[in-house]
Amino acid sequence: MTLSAGRGPWIWIGKQAVKQGSLKQWFKSGAPGIWMSGGAVAIAVIMTLGLISVIAVRGLAHFWPADVIEARYAVPGEAPRTIMGEVVQAEEVPLERLKGAGLPVPEDGPKFMTRELIKLGNRELNGSDFAWVVGDWLQDQKKPTDVIALERREWGNFYGYLINVKEDGKIVAEGEAAIPTLRERLDRISELADQIGQLEKVDIGGINYGLERLRLRERGLELDNALDATAQADLAAERSELEARYRTFEDQLVSLRQDFDRDSLTLRDATGRETEVRLANVVHAYQPNAMSTLQKLGFYFAKLWEFLSTDPREANTEGGVFPAIFGTVMMTLIMAVIVTPFGVIAAIYLREYAKQGPLTRLIRIAVNNLAGVPAIVYGVFGLGFFVYVLGGSIDQLFFRESLPSPTFGTPGLLWASLTLAILAVPVVIVATEEGLARIPRSVREGSLALGATKAETLWKVVLPMASPAMMTGLILAVARAAGEVAPLMLVGVVKLAPTLPVNLNYPYLHLDQKIMHLGFHIFDVGFQSPNVEAARPLVYATALLLVLIIAGLNLSAVAIRNRLREKYKALDS
Amino acid sequence: MTETRSPARIDFDSPTLRRKRRWRAKMDRFTRWYVLVGGLTVLVAITLIFFYLAYVVLPLFKGASISAEEPQSPAWMQQAGMPLALSLEEQNEVGMQISAAGEMIFFNAADGSELSRQALPIPTGAQIVTVAQDLVRPFVALGLSNGQALVVRHSYASVYPEGKRVIVPRVDYPYGEAPITVDPQGRALEHLSLTADDEQLTLAASNASELQVFKLTLEENMLTGETTLESQRIDLPRLAQTVQALYLDPRGQWLYVINGRVSADVFDLRDRTLNGHYKLIDDASNQVTASAQLLGGISLLIGDAKGGINQWFMARGNDGEPQLQRVRGFKLGDAPITQIVAEQRRKGFIALDNKGNLGVFHSTAHRTLLVDKIAEGSGLLTLSPRANHVLLAHEGQLQGFELNNPHPEISWSALWGKVWYESYDKPSYVWQSTSASNDFEPKLSLAPLTFGTLKAAFYAMLLAAPLAIAAAVYTAYFMAPRMRRKVKPVIELMEALPTVILGFFAGLFLAPYVEGHLPGIFSLLLLTPIGIILTGFIWSRLPESIRFRMPEGWESLLLIPVVLLTGWFALSMSPYLETWFFGGDMRLWISHDLGITYDQRNALVVGLAMGFAVIPNIFSIAEDAIFSVPRSLTYGSLALGATPWQTLTRVVILTASPGIFSALMIGMGRAVGETMIVLMATGNTPVMDWNIFQGMRTLAANVAVEMPESEVGGTHYRVLFLAALVLLSFTFVMNTLAEIIRHRLRKKYASL
Repeated sequence: MTLSAGRGPWIWIGKQAVKQGSLKQWFKSGAPGIWMSGGAVAIAVIMTLGLISVIAVRGLAHFWPADVIEARYAVPGEAPRTIMGEVVQAEEVPLERLKGAGLPVPEDGPKFMTRELIKLGNRELNGSDFAWVVGDWLQDQKKPTDVIALERREWGNFYGYLINVKEDGKIVAEGEAAIPTLRERLDRISELADQIGQLEKVDIGGINYGLERLRLRERGLELDNALDATAQADLAAERSELEARYRTFEDQLVSLRQDFDRDSLTLRDATGRETEVRLANVVHAYQPNAMSTLQKLGFYFAKLWEFLSTDPREANTEGGVFPAIFGTVMMTLIMAVIVTPFGVIAAIYLREYAKQGPLTRLIRIAVNNLAGVPAIVYGVFGLGFFVYVLGGSIDQLFFRESLPSPTFGTPGLLWASLTLAILAVPVVIVATEEGLARIPRSVREGSLALGATKAETLWKVVLPMASPAMMTGLILAVARAAGEVAPLMLVGVVKLAPTLPVNLNYPYLHLDQKIMHLGFHIFDVGFQSPNVEAARPLVYATALLLVLIIAGLNLSAVAIRNRLREKYKALDS
Repeated sequence: MTETRSPARIDFDSPTLRRKRRWRAKMDRFTRWYVLVGGLTVLVAITLIFFYLAYVVLPLFKGASISAEEPQSPAWMQQAGMPLALSLEEQNEVGMQISAAGEMIFFNAADGSELSRQALPIPTGAQIVTVAQDLVRPFVALGLSNGQALVVRHSYASVYPEGKRVIVPRVDYPYGEAPITVDPQGRALEHLSLTADDEQLTLAASNASELQVFKLTLEENMLTGETTLESQRIDLPRLAQTVQALYLDPRGQWLYVINGRVSADVFDLRDRTLNGHYKLIDDASNQVTASAQLLGGISLLIGDAKGGINQWFMARGNDGEPQLQRVRGFKLGDAPITQIVAEQRRKGFIALDNKGNLGVFHSTAHRTLLVDKIAEGSGLLTLSPRANHVLLAHEGQLQGFELNNPHPEISWSALWGKVWYESYDKPSYVWQSTSASNDFEPKLSLAPLTFGTLKAAFYAMLLAAPLAIAAAVYTAYFMAPRMRRKVKPVIELMEALPTVILGFFAGLFLAPYVEGHLPGIFSLLLLTPIGIILTGFIWSRLPESIRFRMPEGWESLLLIPVVLLTGWFALSMSPYLETWFFGGDMRLWISHDLGITYDQRNALVVGLAMGFAVIPNIFSIAEDAIFSVPRSLTYGSLALGATPWQTLTRVVILTASPGIFSALMIGMGRAVGETMIVLMATGNTPVMDWNIFQGMRTLAANVAVEMPESEVGGTHYRVLFLAALVLLSFTFVMNTLAEIIRHRLRKKYASL
């Protein structure tokens, strides 16, 4: 389609003049190249923002109490059945694909049908809590306001109608009165659950830990041939004291549990089956269809807070991610403490003390490149060197009593932090060096001319001025370390850690313990969970959290760097 | 310090100040040393990675070594004569031998002293003609001169009287103390082979050219606990030549009969037919002198009179029928091989020739680890179950050897070449490091993993390289500075995204989405450029009043809605395209009509996700290189009348091309080492196929998957370290080259 060339006025595209209208000329002018390259930028921006918004939308939507629908599902040729649940996803699908899935689709119908993923809940009754249904076959859809949704400690959600509330098998409330009674008793249950958790984890956990330490002390004494009668008597006394305390706690626990198990609910599901659910098993109970938007918003934020502050439940597919947040923060903190002094010293050496020559240049290139070495390589190194060589020797020297079960000779918090420190140290070195290089020579020379020694110049003049650069480097290092998962899989993360690495048991900080980590949590729950469908929203939420943390860290590094540049611009002039 | 009022009277040489000066000087020196030592330590520590990896990998390539112990001449040996069979137990402490007189003698393997002896219940008048041992289990069968066979089990128990370990040998007869009649006519059993476990025993025996196969099954009554023996005889045709050796396949499929000078007959025990008659050696002056079965019983090792050892096993031939094929050959020396002993845990073996040369070999790796003269002339050899101790009975003497052979499985050909594995029809590249069974042949070829790594990197670069470079060109050269300040943080954000998030997104969102919208994805690739160009052209034809509202350098902003729109259009067209052209399901169409395997998590998804990870890396370096092209060059070109595009393609890009190249290399390095994305977005199957719809397994993902399960210090562990070392070296070389190129470029710019 060659348009008449040579006619019409001249136009400007970019910085050049071309005759209007001629496609050929337009192509010759190179404008398509400009547009194409501009398009590449647009695509890159869309990809980034698109990814983040998909994660954000899916992650944040998870906490919203969606309406529960009830409908008759009539598959042609089968008896219709009533189903109840939340619509999770809906898509248009070509007829052939449904046919391929073995569904009795009509031959002469429309070319496309909707397919919906419905969260049915009631896993103990239905076998699975999700089902794909053909939207066109759902009849009489309604949203009954008295539907109640239960979030449970086991078996996932329950959707149905509340019939009554029982106490020790006797009905205490029925019909209209059942809901307020349920609310009341649910508050009691959650209080009891807190108490039981405290007893089990803190009190009894502490005693178990004490008993284990006693056993190790005995074994240690035995190894040193110092296990005489007095020592044995001491140990026995301590042990019996711990056991006595254990018994009192256990009695408390038993009575608490009895209280805990007192109440139960009778519920009817969509098909009319009645079931009894122990109230102890219920975490939340709400009536999504009856809630106003404001109530839903309140519920939403409560759930969001729960996600951030509680332990995971049901093989990590429900509940919160607090241990993972804690583990990530703890590990990055320890890493930062290790990496800062070492990175800064190496940078000072390279920039201030080393003779600038080919060797220094070589070292600099090597350090630069180490930042580009695949993270998994650091993981392999960490496992081989830190865990097996260093950890193994530490066990031989200091923890002989607990051998053959390893203390430090197995992946753990310390080794994870150290491995990430090695991985991140080049980042700190490069950033600090850059900061040192930016400090004008005149400042150093001024200090030296006033009689300060090199060390004093360094300590009092150069380092304070370079501190924002170090800060930038440190933040970037932390951001890199917080997002790195591959090496951690080898040196210290687990899918479920029984206790936090910091707790009330002496020595309070347990460097040998394995930790949970947000990134690994995503991998584990998203890919190795038995119920991926149920876990998916939680994975999105966790991913969003991680993105936010890392984006926040990076943006603060950028902000500091920009402030720093402004500062030295003033110095230069 | 006290009188500081009047400056004239300050005494700079007061003792306090002197002390302070000295202190300051000391601190200065201290800082210097501190920084020196500290800095160097850190730098050394990070280079330690390379050396530590190499240190772990190195033992893989070391050969075997052997050290002789003092020869012993125990009294029992002088009296009982040369043993008929010899064996060692797990801990290398107790040895067992069977004497011609029918006694099982247990002795201390270190000093040769006798521990206990047990007379075997051999019927009077019968002699032991031959002895056969199971490949792994401690069963021994004695072939007797009266056509009967006696099956004995020798086991060892560790007991700890007074806290010290003592190994107590035990002899029992799970298949009865009475000998089993194998040859009903009572002819001597000249050759014997057995496979046995706790429930089933198979014996094959021969007399001259006559074959007997006898199967015994031990059945325990669930209620009474009584055991009964079921026996079954398999009749086989008579052979033309005299039998030399017999081998039973432990899976019960084949019976290998070495007969005559150079031939082997293979019988199918299930069909009771002859599979074929094979000539093992073509050389007329040569003959079979020794043979053995490799661990698992699939392979036969045939030693000949000229010092060669060849491995044979049943593999499907050209006609699709299983036939005995020569797989690989080894050479010990030039003297006839007298004995071949297979290892009990690995696919290795040792061999002895009649000049007393010992060879240590590994079949899969096709590796000769050691050839050493250990005796004058031949003897009887045995190898301990852990393959770390060799015992030689030779001229009335007993000599032990410490054999150090930790990693025979690895060789250059095993890692990178095609290897013919047992039960495979032809040599191939396979990675399969572990299996549930004990006699498994580890397949440790890094080739499929390296291939997978390159495939993933290739598809990632296919997406990332054009996008990133085009975007860098535009950002550095055309984009308005105000927009540039907004775009760069977005790209930096892209770079900061943790790969676990990209991987999870690719695996859980993209993979099913792509599967459901295949036509849309492909039309997206086609429509987006068309849409962009069309927009550009339409824009150029719009009236000036509209065009001038957008200053130059903001085209990208205009294109964002265009790209979104074409994307939306392409994806919403997808189901229609699918119904019109692909019968409603493109995935099915691909696998049925095109015959291409389709995995949900495939190279396309990996390419998209990893491209995402690589784009910012390439972008920032390329952008930097283009942006720092001296302005004088650009202005010169423009002043001479070149259009901006001409200036860009002929001046700017040419000048910056080394920088762009180094950006690509760094991107490649990143793609090669990426772990989480590949781990999550592919099925992790180590296949070698360029098919974009199939997954792959990369070196990095493989390390992440298998490392936690590998045994510390084992071959598998070290091979994984090797994979890490390969990755490290590759990225290090790529990055160093890129760095050097950029350094040169910076120098060039400085001189311009």
